[in-house]
Amino acid sequence: MTAGQINEPMQETAGGFADTAADAPIPTLSLEGKSRSWLGWFVSDDPPGRALLNVTMLLILAVLLFAPFVFPGSKALDVAARICIFIILVASYDLMLGFTGIVSFAHTMFFGIGAYGVAIMLAKGWSGWTGVILGTLIGAVVSLVVAAVIGLLSLRVRAIFFSMITLAVAAFAQIVAEQWRTLTGGEDGLTFDVPAVLSRSFRLVPDRVMGVIINGPVITYYITFAVTLVLFLLMLRIVNSPFGLVLRAIRENEFRVEAMGYRVVAYRTLICIISAIMASMAGSLMALVLRYNGPDATLSFTLMIDILLMVVIGGMGTLYGSIVGVILVVLAQYYLKNTLEMATGSMSGQSPMAALFHPDRWLLWLGIIFILIVTFLPQGIVGRLRRKR
Amino acid sequence: MNGDWHKRLQQWAPYALTPLVIIAALPAIGPGPWLTLTVAGLTMGIMLFMVAAGLTLIFGLMDVLNFAHAAFVTVGAYIAVSVLVPLAGWTNETSLALNIAALLVALVAAAIASGALGFVFERVIIRQVYGAPLRQILITIGALTVIEQLIIVIWGPQAIPLPKPAMLRGSVFVGSSSIETYRLFALFVGLAIALAMHLFLTRTRLGLVVRAGVEDREMIQALGYHIRRVFIGVFMAGTALAGVGGMMWAQYQAVVNSQIGDGMTILVFIILIIGGLGSVGGCFIGAILVGLTANYVGFLAPKLALGSNILLMALILLWRPRGLFPLAEHH
Repeated sequence: MTAGQINEPMQETAGGFADTAADAPIPTLSLEGKSRSWLGWFVSDDPPGRALLNVTMLLILAVLLFAPFVFPGSKALDVAARICIFIILVASYDLMLGFTGIVSFAHTMFFGIGAYGVAIMLAKGWSGWTGVILGTLIGAVVSLVVAAVIGLLSLRVRAIFFSMITLAVAAFAQIVAEQWRTLTGGEDGLTFDVPAVLSRSFRLVPDRVMGVIINGPVITYYITFAVTLVLFLLMLRIVNSPFGLVLRAIRENEFRVEAMGYRVVAYRTLICIISAIMASMAGSLMALVLRYNGPDATLSFTLMIDILLMVVIGGMGTLYGSIVGVILVVLAQYYLKNTLEMATGSMSGQSPMAALFHPDRWLLWLGIIFILIVTFLPQGIVGRLRRKR
Repeated sequence: MNGDWHKRLQQWAPYALTPLVIIAALPAIGPGPWLTLTVAGLTMGIMLFMVAAGLTLIFGLMDVLNFAHAAFVTVGAYIAVSVLVPLAGWTNETSLALNIAALLVALVAAAIASGALGFVFERVIIRQVYGAPLRQILITIGALTVIEQLIIVIWGPQAIPLPKPAMLRGSVFVGSSSIETYRLFALFVGLAIALAMHLFLTRTRLGLVVRAGVEDREMIQALGYHIRRVFIGVFMAGTALAGVGGMMWAQYQAVVNSQIGDGMTILVFIILIIGGLGSVGGCFIGAILVGLTANYVGFLAPKLALGSNILLMALILLWRPRGLFPLAEHH
């Protein structure tokens, strides 16, 4: 892949921070010299980078593509679907955090809006595909309007203002979801029937295919996978478009971009809207996979911390980093608890060490890892792997 | 002439807001509950002010928005538990002097513990991210998680009851409205701290340096002041105040759990946004407004109560997009 080399100067700073830009070389923001190879077109001439990364990404793609066959069983399928959905969620968050340099705490709110859109439609009458499509659309439109209002109101002051306001608005959304019982089902949430094709009892073909029954959840998984792939490639296209270049320039030096005649507020608001719509669609998928939605499933603040963690671990401003981050954190959540259980199994019950390594304290270790990564590996795993040696 | 009058109104309007809200609430609520709610609102406001003041000073002086500020509130609350539970002999005695002495010991302990933790926090966490807003947010969010989890490791996950001292339990009656005794105590302590802070900032040389640092950091450095030392001092004072706020709040709720600071984070941010980032005066007015609104709306329309502060913030931002008392932009 020769395309990667042309893009190299930009990738070098892609994982950096707006703040450290002063001592970094000025990135060459150029769109010229793009190759027209078929594969290059597919990934918007922005391949993962080094050989190790390319192979890892292809491997992840292959595993996710054949997940129902490689890891049979409903729990493994849930994990795979979760990974796909979080890839959309985290990559869309990276559009704001990594590419534009703005921190939002309302990303789970948009996730929740999409999920509630589908959940409310399906639980309150519009059953079947009409409900799914209508719910997804309504969720996306609501997200668009809310993101536009928040962005236009707060992004013109200071980026930090936006962070604080999104935190407050997200808390408000959680309160609304918990209090408006007639619409959202309150804290219990909503359980609903998905279209017949996606239900557990549906069989696409009467026989097993490679030992796996092709039922509703498998079809749901493949819909999720396809949407994830399309949306991810779309995001890759967005960040490698002229629009994406302006975003990166804003991250590096907003005053200079403003002085060059670009409306910084408009660009920032637009990327917030795009990001919000993506998160909302991820939420709609989540509702379909879970066949349930409630405040804890899609709106909780813990989820927001997870997203931050995934972006930072994977590498901000790389998009591919979100894939790595999601997989590492999701697997850690499933297996770190087990490891801690094993570690405490050999200790006496009451000692302070046992309390420190108690399985319920996994968040403590995740937090410490998070601080260490922000301190020592600020460009994240993918950002580090992409760096020229 | 007319323009001059208009300008002056613009300048004084934020100060008039709080009295106007209090007066407007009187006919809507009725005199009996009005007094109760007003005192409750002022108390809540003054406790929030203690927490928010530290954060706004830290932000104004060093441009650091510490998302882990709430963790110091929780630390203060748990220190209160550790001090007041062994002192149960003092708090259960029906002697006002002993009761208040116990609370003051807890207050000082909370201030020292969270101030000391603040010192470590500044050294380990904040120091490496000065001037890097994005990393500040990320690393303080991570630190918030770690401190909260460590608190659970030390004090356990279950909520701990913290009964109020004997003499501060009931209520006093003024006419037909009842006022909780503890609220009067908290209001008194809070006003004393606010007054001390005001005197420090306006009447001492160090206070002058701090205020000047908020206005223009480089100029203060150019005048030969060691700005880093001022940073650390203000950071410790800010976290100590948060600890005191947490201690007072825990005693007020009479129960402590590890989420005590979380609920406050959002209120404190709303206060900062309303008051204008970095402004102590704005922070005071914002805190009182938030406290009053929460209590009035909680009485008039309980369903709206939880969201009332966000609506208040939205209204104020529509009126003044940078908050009530915006600092001059110096970046």
